Amino acid sequence: MTAPLDAPGKAAEAEPEAVVAGVSGKAIQGRSLGQIAWLRLKRDKVALAGAGVVVFLILVATFAPLIVGWFGHPPNEFHQEMIDPSTMTPKGGSGISGEFLFGVEPLNGRDLFSRVVYGARISLLIAFLATVLSVVIGTVMGVMAGYFGGWVDTVISRLMDIFLAFPLLVFAIALVGVLGQFEQQLGVQGDTLRILLLIFVIGFFNWPYIGRIIRGQTLSLREREFVDAARSLGARGPYILFREILPNLIAPILVYATLLIPTNVLFEAALSFLGVGIQAPTATWGGMLAQAVKFYTVPHFMFFPGMAIFITVLAFNLFGDGLRDALDPKSSR
Amino acid sequence: MVTYIIRRLIGALLMLAIVSMVTFSIFFVVPRMAGATSEDFANRYLGKAATAEMAAVAAEKLGFNDPVPVQYGRWIKGVFAGAEYDTGASIEQCPAPCFGYSFVKRQPVWPELVDRIPVTLSLAVGASVIWLIGGVAVGVLSALKRGSFFDRAAMSVALAGVSLPIFFTGIVSLVVFSYGMGITAPGGAYTPFEENPAEWAYNLLLPWITLAFLYAASYARLTRAGMLETMGEDYIRTARAKGLPESTVISRHGLRAALTPIVTIFGLDLGLLLGGAVLTESTFSLKGIGDYAVQAIMTNDLPKIMGVTMVAALFVVVASLIVDLLYAVVDPRVRLG
Repeated sequence: MTAPLDAPGKAAEAEPEAVVAGVSGKAIQGRSLGQIAWLRLKRDKVALAGAGVVVFLILVATFAPLIVGWFGHPPNEFHQEMIDPSTMTPKGGSGISGEFLFGVEPLNGRDLFSRVVYGARISLLIAFLATVLSVVIGTVMGVMAGYFGGWVDTVISRLMDIFLAFPLLVFAIALVGVLGQFEQQLGVQGDTLRILLLIFVIGFFNWPYIGRIIRGQTLSLREREFVDAARSLGARGPYILFREILPNLIAPILVYATLLIPTNVLFEAALSFLGVGIQAPTATWGGMLAQAVKFYTVPHFMFFPGMAIFITVLAFNLFGDGLRDALDPKSSR
Repeated sequence: MVTYIIRRLIGALLMLAIVSMVTFSIFFVVPRMAGATSEDFANRYLGKAATAEMAAVAAEKLGFNDPVPVQYGRWIKGVFAGAEYDTGASIEQCPAPCFGYSFVKRQPVWPELVDRIPVTLSLAVGASVIWLIGGVAVGVLSALKRGSFFDRAAMSVALAGVSLPIFFTGIVSLVVFSYGMGITAPGGAYTPFEENPAEWAYNLLLPWITLAFLYAASYARLTRAGMLETMGEDYIRTARAKGLPESTVISRHGLRAALTPIVTIFGLDLGLLLGGAVLTESTFSLKGIGDYAVQAIMTNDLPKIMGVTMVAALFVVVASLIVDLLYAVVDPRVRLG
């Protein structure tokens, strides 16, 4: 790493040295922590590439109907004329052409490009909202545990241990399976029900990852001088929590939220792959891969949804790693 | 150390109690919050032709009208002493340990699960040996040769590895190695170890490698980070200053400390896998515990899902208990503290 503040030792100690060094050299320029982080991030080409892909994916998901309107066909439209009736696979192997950019699905000839594009919507929507849910629960619990300590900390910490040791996937399967049966009672149905269920299940089970980190950060922040200073000036609980501690937690929250999104993308894909997530005919990457298993002689069918998952997860991971290095010099390798 | 072990045992029991309550709640309390009635529950135990009166009788006889803690107590009792389900229309026996009774297939869940344990066990243990050795070795080498070509290549592969879902790498490797080149088994087959060890290994080779790759990637990243941190500690400098050979410094002082967090994670991962390598089993059509859970969902057989969930949780708790006890052996701070 060649970041400006990447001197050995902790960042807090490095700053005064930098000021001293600056006195003898050129005029020093005041930089906020945000500016420093941005400078570091700008030099990390890999993280920037990840960020670029993330932005691209968000745009694709947002404007999916437009993109499909220009370059594809409606995602659930059958194109039986593209299918060889004797094998039920696309004519000419994949059906990739200027008209069908990613080819067509076996069996009914649906446009694979459109389905992959629409799959991005489901995947990102669920991953984002589930992450928001985890971050909210995790932050509240983590701050409470770290700030109040004592029995509050003990109870919340044990709770987090228990959650972390749960067989997540099996529990998620069970919960989705049980709740999915109560369409009428819950008042929502179809895709909406499934999307809400997945957001709830994924978000609810993942909060301890954020919670543990936030707890640790709060614990150390609570003992810092500036908190003591605020307290000696007469600041009380809520002020210290919201004005002194919470602003300092934004960086770790941002970093670990970014790193939780790819986990959630994989989680959603896994549930849809197993058939307990979003149901057919709605296009999901996991669901398409489950179908692709049955048509393994048509490699393009597994390639595009699989690569979509891979690229999405990788991009978020790269961006998240870069963000962590930029915001927290201590963690840099 | 004795107090440590006793504390851990109590912790594990407490954990089991909570996990069983959560599992019970998912199946018997959450549906009620969503609006299910006692008759809805009873209907699961009756055929499709059941009338409303039959459901009401069954709900009363099966105890769905009792307070929730009573129902929970009855369920726990079934695990230890066995249970009998009287629906009014028929009486079904479920011997201990009764982890539920499938009224779809008219048989207890536990014996079916027992049949499937060898498959999941073989898969999980085989893969874990590969990923532990491979992941830790790559991580250590990467840390020692930090910044080298090997380090960067290995870490790039590892990052790709943690970003790939197993159901994608699984299918691709099936297509390439099994259907294409024909050098590995085409999934779906399992030969018990005691019958033919060679065939057992041949059938499991591809699932092992695919599963191990995924985990080795994250273990390599963890080991590398841990090694970099420990090798910068003062006691490593001291060890070098004493004139110890570098290999001793790395293995006895560096790796040993870097490995402790890995051991914790390993225990949890192995426990989770034993409770059902759901995705791997599904991808390679292996009839293990995870596949059982998926099949149960497909047939809407809730007692089965509940049984498998509970057994999976049991594995995790036991695995983390074993890890905690191993910790006492590995880490002197625990042993002497």
